Amino acid sequence: MKVFVPCDAAAIAVGADDVAAAISEAARARGLHVEIVRNGSRGMLWLEPLVEAETPHGRIAYGPVDVDGVAGLFDAGFLDGAPHPLRIGRPEEHPFLKRQTRLAFARCGITDPLSLDDYRRHGGLKGLDRAIAIGPDATVEEAVTSGLRGRGGAGFPTGIKWRTVAGARAAQKYIVCNADEGDSGTFADRMMMEGDPFCLIEGMAIAGLATGATKGYVYLRSEYPHAAAAMNEAIARARRYGLLGGHLLGSTYAFDMEVRIGAGAYVCGEETALLESLEGKRGQVRAKPPLPAHVGLFGKPTVVNNVISLASVPFILAEGGAAYRDFGMGRSRGTMPIQLAGNIKHGGLFETAFGITLGELVDDIGGGTATGRPVRAVQVGGPLGAYFPRALFDTPFDYEAFAARDGLIGHGGIVVFDDTVDMHAQAHFAFEFCAFESCGKCTPCRIGSKRGVETLDEIRAGIEAALKLALLKDLCETLKFGSLCALGGFTPYPVLSAITHFPEDFGIHPRLAATE
Amino acid sequence: MTEAIDGITRAIIARHLAQEGAALPILHALQAEFGYIPEETLPQVAEELNISRAEIYGVATFYHDFLLEPRGKHTLTLCRAEACQSMGGVALAERAKARLGVDFGETTADGQVTLEQTFCLGLCACAPSATVDGKLIGRLTPQKLDAIIGETVR
Repeated sequence: MKVFVPCDAAAIAVGADDVAAAISEAARARGLHVEIVRNGSRGMLWLEPLVEAETPHGRIAYGPVDVDGVAGLFDAGFLDGAPHPLRIGRPEEHPFLKRQTRLAFARCGITDPLSLDDYRRHGGLKGLDRAIAIGPDATVEEAVTSGLRGRGGAGFPTGIKWRTVAGARAAQKYIVCNADEGDSGTFADRMMMEGDPFCLIEGMAIAGLATGATKGYVYLRSEYPHAAAAMNEAIARARRYGLLGGHLLGSTYAFDMEVRIGAGAYVCGEETALLESLEGKRGQVRAKPPLPAHVGLFGKPTVVNNVISLASVPFILAEGGAAYRDFGMGRSRGTMPIQLAGNIKHGGLFETAFGITLGELVDDIGGGTATGRPVRAVQVGGPLGAYFPRALFDTPFDYEAFAARDGLIGHGGIVVFDDTVDMHAQAHFAFEFCAFESCGKCTPCRIGSKRGVETLDEIRAGIEAALKLALLKDLCETLKFGSLCALGGFTPYPVLSAITHFPEDFGIHPRLAATE
Repeated sequence: MTEAIDGITRAIIARHLAQEGAALPILHALQAEFGYIPEETLPQVAEELNISRAEIYGVATFYHDFLLEPRGKHTLTLCRAEACQSMGGVALAERAKARLGVDFGETTADGQVTLEQTFCLGLCACAPSATVDGKLIGRLTPQKLDAIIGETVR
């Protein structure tokens, strides 16, 4: 009998390791032979630890399970899928999963993350097989056709980036995976690396084949030790299997990769700071141009792609770029793993085609707040993303639609706040965070963030508030247009959106703000 | 520098020297070995990497993870980012500071607990979150926090 208990860090944080041990122990005590598989998470994180039993009627899930409840599950007969207050039923029938379109996360939660046999059985390696069959040029063109854009937040077309690196002449080129997922409210990269690491490895191998890069690095944040362990083990197994190394799956293409651990610097999620860090330097932003595609890691042509961008590639190659492009809206093609987080009843990972509205995500799928109070604000796209009020909940999830409303989708994280939130405090935090994480290279970010904190303090204290508010808006302009990278450049998004949509928290009468 | 530290440092550097961009792997390894990066090891790292002392000191002090001073016996790290704020993280941070009598980045006078902050552990749907000596904790409550502090200060 097989029982699945996730090895995902979020599941572990709420007791999955202890639950797995308790199930093992209880089975032994009852003389039952139970094999425990540590799968990835299904992404229904409010139900974690979500335990699944393999039965003749499919896998039946129970959650959230705690150690004290394990004996009761055995007594009820959960191994046969029997009724129990925590019984969820077949996970794939759960509305939260049923409404999703899982392309990148197709296997996550289903397979044993470290079993290559399982990976292959569930459609893995088809993409790399096809890339080997059609060759580098056609592989690049599939990526271009798919319309895939950088899922890290910048939204630059992945295929175009690949084409540039493929066309560059150099003795060495690199694929760098940006796994420095520092945005609050995001965990898709972590879930992918812990739940389906071979998908990322396959994506990187395909990127290497497409562009002529033979070496890859995963720059992984130090806050994710479980993801690092999973990736390192998966890479070792991939090498033994011939998925990495001198002859990819027996072909003439070579590609190998390794994991590098960051050291707690948010700014290293910016691609040029990341490259500096990989080179062993302070994580300071480089001026662009030159682009990393021309002059990247150690001065060589380099593809820098986010985890989810690369993990979307195996599907694109296996099913064709057009199949991927058929999902989505406007210039946002394919699917996006959206992360519902913060004060939300049904928090988790929801992969869906672009076009779903913010309101559907927060109210219908997320079920509103965890505290049961009204939703007042949601921050979309991490600490540099704008705060949206309920009035803008009709905004479709799409790069351009969010930009048109002075926001960004970033890496797809949505953090929900109830009506107890103080938006002045949130704006204040945005500047504090910028000051704390600034690499110090450019003045608007380094100094401007400090002045922003002080100016907001003065507004709160009522010291020439109207004047200071005008000054603050001016400061935001300077940050937006004078910073080298998105850290300084985007900090105005949370600040200005808080002032625009929640003026009452800044001591401004809403009607005055509207007429301004 | 004591001979023991000198020998270990030499071995750690040798293990990583062939890697491209070896500075961060070396600093991580030193911290894993000693619990912090003894400042007296830095000139040796600089020499082996063929960079200046100022440069390696700059790297070691740039990153929030690297510590040039030893920590307390236990480390309690609270996530202070937005998702955790939305679930009462600010109050938990104040509570931890008050209970331990230290600010973030400080160690209790008896050397038992260092209180640290982090900005996102990627557990944002199970907020608020924390780590105790590296162990992940989600859905943190004031009661759980008190229990953790009670165990660590003992």
